Amino acid sequence: MRAFSELYEELDTTTSTNLKVAAMVRYFNTATPADAAWAAYILSGRRLKRFIGQSLLWRWLIEVSDLPEWLVEESYSAVGDLAETVALLMEGNLAAAAVVPDLPLSTWIEARLLPLREVDDEQQRVAIIEWWRTLPYRECFILNKLLTGELRVGVSELLVTRALAEVLKLERNDVTRRIMGEWRPSAEFWENLRSSEASASDPSAPYPFFLASPLEADPATLGPTSDWLAEWKWDGIRSELIRREGKCFIWSRGEDLVTERFPEVVAAAAQLPDGVVLDGELVAWRDGAIQPFADLQQRIGRKKLSPAILKEVPVRFLAYDLLEQDYTDLRALPLRERRARLEALSANAPDSLGISSAITASSWEQLANLRTESRARAVEGLMLKSLDSPYGTGRQRGSWWKWKIDPYSFDGVMLYAQPGHGRRSNLYTDYTFGVWSNGELVPVAKAYSGLSNVEIADLDRWIRLHTTEKFGPVRQVEQTQVFELAYEGIAASSRHKSGIALRFPRIMRRRLDKPAGEADTLSDLQAVLAAHRGQTRHEDPAS
Amino acid sequence: MISAPEPLVVVTANGLYCPPGDFYVDPWQPVQTAVITHGHGDHLRHGSARYILARPGAGIARQRLGGDREVTPVDYGTRVQLGTTSVSLHPAGHILGSAQVRIEHEGRVWVVSGDYKRQPDPTCAAFEPVECDVFISEATFALPVYRFPETPRVVEEIHRWWMANRERGIASALFCYALGKSQRVLSELRAFTHEPVYVHGAVDSLTGVYRRAGVSMLPTLPVGTEKKTDFRGALILAPPSAAGTPWMRRFGDHATGFCSGWMRVRGDRRRRGYDRGFVISDHADWPALIETCTASRAKKILLTHGYSDALTRYFNERGVEASALQTSYGAED
Repeated sequence: MRAFSELYEELDTTTSTNLKVAAMVRYFNTATPADAAWAAYILSGRRLKRFIGQSLLWRWLIEVSDLPEWLVEESYSAVGDLAETVALLMEGNLAAAAVVPDLPLSTWIEARLLPLREVDDEQQRVAIIEWWRTLPYRECFILNKLLTGELRVGVSELLVTRALAEVLKLERNDVTRRIMGEWRPSAEFWENLRSSEASASDPSAPYPFFLASPLEADPATLGPTSDWLAEWKWDGIRSELIRREGKCFIWSRGEDLVTERFPEVVAAAAQLPDGVVLDGELVAWRDGAIQPFADLQQRIGRKKLSPAILKEVPVRFLAYDLLEQDYTDLRALPLRERRARLEALSANAPDSLGISSAITASSWEQLANLRTESRARAVEGLMLKSLDSPYGTGRQRGSWWKWKIDPYSFDGVMLYAQPGHGRRSNLYTDYTFGVWSNGELVPVAKAYSGLSNVEIADLDRWIRLHTTEKFGPVRQVEQTQVFELAYEGIAASSRHKSGIALRFPRIMRRRLDKPAGEADTLSDLQAVLAAHRGQTRHEDPAS
Repeated sequence: MISAPEPLVVVTANGLYCPPGDFYVDPWQPVQTAVITHGHGDHLRHGSARYILARPGAGIARQRLGGDREVTPVDYGTRVQLGTTSVSLHPAGHILGSAQVRIEHEGRVWVVSGDYKRQPDPTCAAFEPVECDVFISEATFALPVYRFPETPRVVEEIHRWWMANRERGIASALFCYALGKSQRVLSELRAFTHEPVYVHGAVDSLTGVYRRAGVSMLPTLPVGTEKKTDFRGALILAPPSAAGTPWMRRFGDHATGFCSGWMRVRGDRRRRGYDRGFVISDHADWPALIETCTASRAKKILLTHGYSDALTRYFNERGVEASALQTSYGAED
């Protein structure tokens, strides 16, 4: 595990993508096949389910640290991470002579950690405390992260793919495809990756998604509109629908297989010919119009899909693209060609399987005007895709653009602050904001992001100096600081005191120029909600 | 009933004050007589009429205060009569000229530690344990997670990092406090190289003071004297305040590192946005704080800046009388 912990350290201490790739390449080239497979598994963001709960680790830490519990708590709150706190506190107890010989990463996981699931608390305790006592700091940290199922490494999947492509001497697309979905790390898996022929074909294997980049330039710079396909940017779940060997599979953007969640789409897909893969969006759909994302969320949130919820929130798959037909990969074809085939294919498709309609416009100006209707149509803006573009991998700038509308915004007053998690645990970074209602401020949004580190530090100082009351970790602050907050959507909510729920609220800026009395009111937000509701029943004129 | 004897040091609006001696230790407002533990900005402030400090720190004080102030250097261990007290300064091992202030009055002894460390440091005299009745200690890193590695090992890491960056053809910008930390790193680096190091103006002038005091360090070149320097492969020492400023642009592509005890915690490094954190501190770590307070044999421990509440409670639970003092010293390192 030493080599892996050094790799972790290298990845953690540079922002240079070239160095990160080089470090991974070095690791993969020198690791055993089993270690390489486990490392690829972890680096690509897959996680082992936690072996031990945090509360047990906590109890054992108190026991072996020889410190009062409150002091361990103080330490934890300065560090912000249990795995690191353990490693830091145990380092003091580490006898240099006790350092044990290194074991491979795969041995650690397969021979030490996985068997932990089969033994009782006491045996777990004895084993883990022994490891804590003998592992050097870095390895102890990695061990704890593995134990708690929280080992995350600061590399994007794209970089891991780059490194693997270099090591395995494969095309990046090929690597992405081979490591997508679910697999069990083993020496055999690694050898298979390395062997040049494609691994035994799994009918559920998806293609990596092609992602659009935000359009910042004037669209006129993109050339004539006739070179582009314009579509609405639907507010749903980006998905891939696979129909192969008589079965249907649905993958979400998060690379989860979500087939069972959408029985009506599966039923509709049964009418597709075999050997077809569609890229598209799952959306809540009723009476010919998209419904708010909040509705879809309700349905995703249910453990069991009752007939009632299926009826209440019907879902539709809106196809964007055709990636495979007759078991043939079409991704290299120009969009123009793929689109024509998609339209032919879905001509007689049932209701739950639609196509994201093309918007016809003769000028950018006309499109810009249509874009202003986005909110009324309950979409997030426009998508622009070059008709000559192949279906790429990941986010490659130039041929696919998302031309989003500006978010909603309001001015709220800071009410409460609490410390963040992880590396922000000793800073107040999580804030609650309120708006005016009958002369008092009611909380409407919690926001964590949007400020720079300097602004956060500044605000942290202000919060500490202007606390009016403490409730555990939460500080109530003087109601004087106004912030402009953006959000993506608004819905009625009985769970919130204010009666509304905002989607993805985040801070745009601190309004030092604005007194609290000039912040927005609850009725301002209610007006937005009312307008929003009225609009989502809108017919989609293009369908 | 016998009333408790008057304290020898109390906290006032102007700072730590000794009533029988009528002087302040590291006052944060201008006063008549200031006894100074060391030259960092939060301990040595402008405006007082008279400054008493340890002789090796006189150069730093003159540099920081300008020439027109009355600076009275005193040798370590020499007693000076102030009011009805006898005051002496003893090495604190923090930076060049840093001192603990020992105050004796009618058979009682109080010691104000200022900032201190117990690790060896080639740029200043080693901390000298002083027995006392009441010990006023700093508590900057008073949590058990703060345990500092041996400096030469960390400096070796710095050197390896510098060389690795050179191999990539980029500069290494190492942020260190301009007074103390920079000179310590420049001195410790001699074990690995003889190459000159580029320094920021703030580091440069204080490094000059250290050289005049006889401290051996790597040769230094001030940044910005020549036009168009090629900084690829170079090591540059700059104060943390220079990080992210336009001043850094001249170095082109570069990696950044920060030398501080705070770098012991990963989240602190990541939040400050440095590539690398090097754990080198001029303060006492947790074991050293406990060891030092205990070795003072003081019947009472008073704790100033840092995690003073934690250390206070820790001592109290172990039957050692301790309490926290509210001061306005910073926790920079």
